[in-house]
Amino acid sequence: MDAVFDHDTDPEDPGRRGLNLVVCIKQVPDSAQIRVHPVTNTIMRQGVPTIINPYDLFALEEAMRLRDQYGGEVTVLSMGPPMAEEALRRALGLGADKAVLITDRRFAGADTLATSYALASALAKLGAERPIDVVFTGKQTIDGDTAQVGPGVARRLGLNQLTYVAAIDLLDRATGEIVVRRRAEGGLQVLSSRLPCLVTVLEGVNEIRRGSIEDMLRAARAEVTVWSAADAGIEDPQQCGLKGSPTLVKRVFAPTPREESAEMVAVDGKRPAQIADAVLDLVFAHAPKLETELGAAPSEKERR
Amino acid sequence: MSEHFDAIVVGAGPAGNSAALVMAKAGLKVLQIERGETAGAKNVQGAILYADALERLIPEFRDEAPLERHVVEQRVWLLDERSHTGAHYRSDDFNEDRPNRYTILRATFDQWFAAKVREAGALQITDTTVTELVRDEGGRVIGVETDRDGAPLYADVVVLGEGVNGLVGQRAGVRPELDPQHVALAVKETIFLSEEAVQDRFNLDGEDEGVVIEVMGSVSAGMVGTGFLYTNRESISLGVGCLLSDFQETQIPAYVLLDRMKSHPSIAPLIRDGETKEYVAHLIPEGGYDAIPNLSGDGWAIVGDAGQFVNSAHREGSNLAMTTGRLAGETVAALKREGLACNEANLKRYRHALEQSFVMKDLKKYRRLPGVLHGNKHLLTAYPRAISQAMQTFLRVDDVDKRSKERRMMSQFRAARGGWWNVFTDALKMARAWR
Ligand SMILES: Cc1cc2nc3c(=O)[nH]c(=O)nc-3n(C[C@H](O)[C@H](O)[C@H](O)COP(=O)(O)OP(=O)(O)OC[C@H]3O[C@@H](n4cnc5c(N)ncnc54)[C@H](O)[C@@H]3O)c2cc1C
Repeated sequence: MDAVFDHDTDPEDPGRRGLNLVVCIKQVPDSAQIRVHPVTNTIMRQGVPTIINPYDLFALEEAMRLRDQYGGEVTVLSMGPPMAEEALRRALGLGADKAVLITDRRFAGADTLATSYALASALAKLGAERPIDVVFTGKQTIDGDTAQVGPGVARRLGLNQLTYVAAIDLLDRATGEIVVRRRAEGGLQVLSSRLPCLVTVLEGVNEIRRGSIEDMLRAARAEVTVWSAADAGIEDPQQCGLKGSPTLVKRVFAPTPREESAEMVAVDGKRPAQIADAVLDLVFAHAPKLETELGAAPSEKERR
Repeated sequence: MSEHFDAIVVGAGPAGNSAALVMAKAGLKVLQIERGETAGAKNVQGAILYADALERLIPEFRDEAPLERHVVEQRVWLLDERSHTGAHYRSDDFNEDRPNRYTILRATFDQWFAAKVREAGALQITDTTVTELVRDEGGRVIGVETDRDGAPLYADVVVLGEGVNGLVGQRAGVRPELDPQHVALAVKETIFLSEEAVQDRFNLDGEDEGVVIEVMGSVSAGMVGTGFLYTNRESISLGVGCLLSDFQETQIPAYVLLDRMKSHPSIAPLIRDGETKEYVAHLIPEGGYDAIPNLSGDGWAIVGDAGQFVNSAHREGSNLAMTTGRLAGETVAALKREGLACNEANLKRYRHALEQSFVMKDLKKYRRLPGVLHGNKHLLTAYPRAISQAMQTFLRVDDVDKRSKERRMMSQFRAARGGWWNVFTDALKMARAWR
């Protein structure tokens, strides 16, 4: 699949028209509004509003910033039920240029392995039409929390993967190089990779823009490209949906709600320092261990 | 270069959706702008849907629309603190092929309705608030500004379906500011119960039958207001609303009123063990006929709650919204067809059509009601209590003879209103208001 990302063989874009960026997005139920059925203990999706997976919005904004800087276009790609078209349309309203939905009965029940297969196939097809420079995904989804789909797609397409990216410092189309900052345990890594590559974007690194009224009108009119499994060039239906998903869900259960142990306290004192002391005294009264632990650590002043 | 539309519709509630649907079906180039993330995202209704108004717009709606239950039973309850006196009407005739009333959940219903508008060919954008009307030098409305970057959007006519608190119309001076005496504040909860619990507690046969309970009396704590309880498929909608001016005067927080209603001994068992899924507050226009603003002018028209179209005596609002939206849409479509301008003179046809319809006839019929209730709050407190007392006197079996009981009931009733003359004038006032 590597060849489809090779710009030099691109007959349509010999002079490089600009970046071709694809952002994978997922429509998810708004988790803030999900309820667990009190009787059957199942998740009630009915009537729960859907949103674009919030992590994906950081990826979308990052892609649009690159587009605005270097020129080119941003395509949003989603695998999901027909109603996921709504999420794609929303992304168009936020400023994306094109939208592709891959939807097929055979995709139902897909785990991360099957999802990355379907997305990778669609990306290969898109890349055959016009080479892709960067594939973006969010860090993870809020309904699955696995963070596996992005890396899975990269692996299948043989792309370098840059995960947990906090900033893109440089993208040089002439040398085909990208430099990013990646958040890792214990610090930031500065990584460089050749293009094309896959980037998963960390939350909070930017703020999604509000599309203009023209973006909204364009989105309302736009045709979302809808592909079936066959349209997306999927060769092996056995690798799709439930069939292609080795993951087994053993049990779904509602977590027992944590006991509410918050307490309102009134403290005396006028100056902030007095109030802070009073609050600390109360905290220590509740957790005596904390005081000895904190007492052992050198204070800011002592350290200096 | 900015685009030009035949019509811009502000709002995707029942009024705006109806207007946009009719105009789009007539082949007009329509743009509809909705503030919410999706149509219906923040809209509130009890909600009873009256089929007739919708059927005139979408005859096949029963096959497609997300409906909860059709209403087979209506209860009206007079509450005092510990009792209710009720009238129930239930009929198997309501189990007809084309039921007349349904319970719905507005969020899902509005989304369906808005999708029908798109299907009809209207362009729809959400998550966008109209901020101003744009006028030409002559003062004619020619378009709108929104809260997004970009040029204004232009149209031959702007239809304002922006709901009760319509700020666009207010800012543009085409409708007056809301008068607290002309609007009620309603709070509502959606309480989740299993389908079986709903059916058992309300004596319903299957997942389609539903019950409506309207309550008056102590629920409004002496203010002008009423409460309601409607059965959905897997939940109960329960709410109470009173005039905003009364809330301001009594300083009773609305949620306290709702909590009291929920704990009333006649209501608590109906919602026991339910899980509250949603708590919302919304205004309802209550000013009636005399509060209706100018409905159209050069390049603009007002539909639905924005025009105070609510019949509070019968709890009708969404149907008036749909009917006013439809008639405004038909008016604009006819003017286009005839090649006439959407100016002040020509748009008067809309008001004319309304006068011919049940909308204006009904609102005219009850035009005295808001005033009578406002000036006679005891109607909602003294009588429910007196009736409850009388019922107890009548029903308790003891060694008091029946004639003495009747005498006691009469005197309790008279005492409740400080004499027969007051009872008589109350009856007269109500009769006049209802006439
Ligand atoms: C608690 C309660 C119970 C009710 N029960 C019933 C009932 O059982 N049966 C019944 O028939 N009626 C009932 N009503 C009344 C009914 O809900 C309203 O009459 C009806 O919703 C009015 O429709 P509308 O389209 O005029 O306004 P709305 O439904 O309020 O819609 C207005 C729309 O305009 C949008 N909007 C507002 N400003 C802007 C702007 N500047 N730019 C873009 N968009 C904007 C809003 O987001 C909204 O979507 C009830 C009302 C309440 C509050």
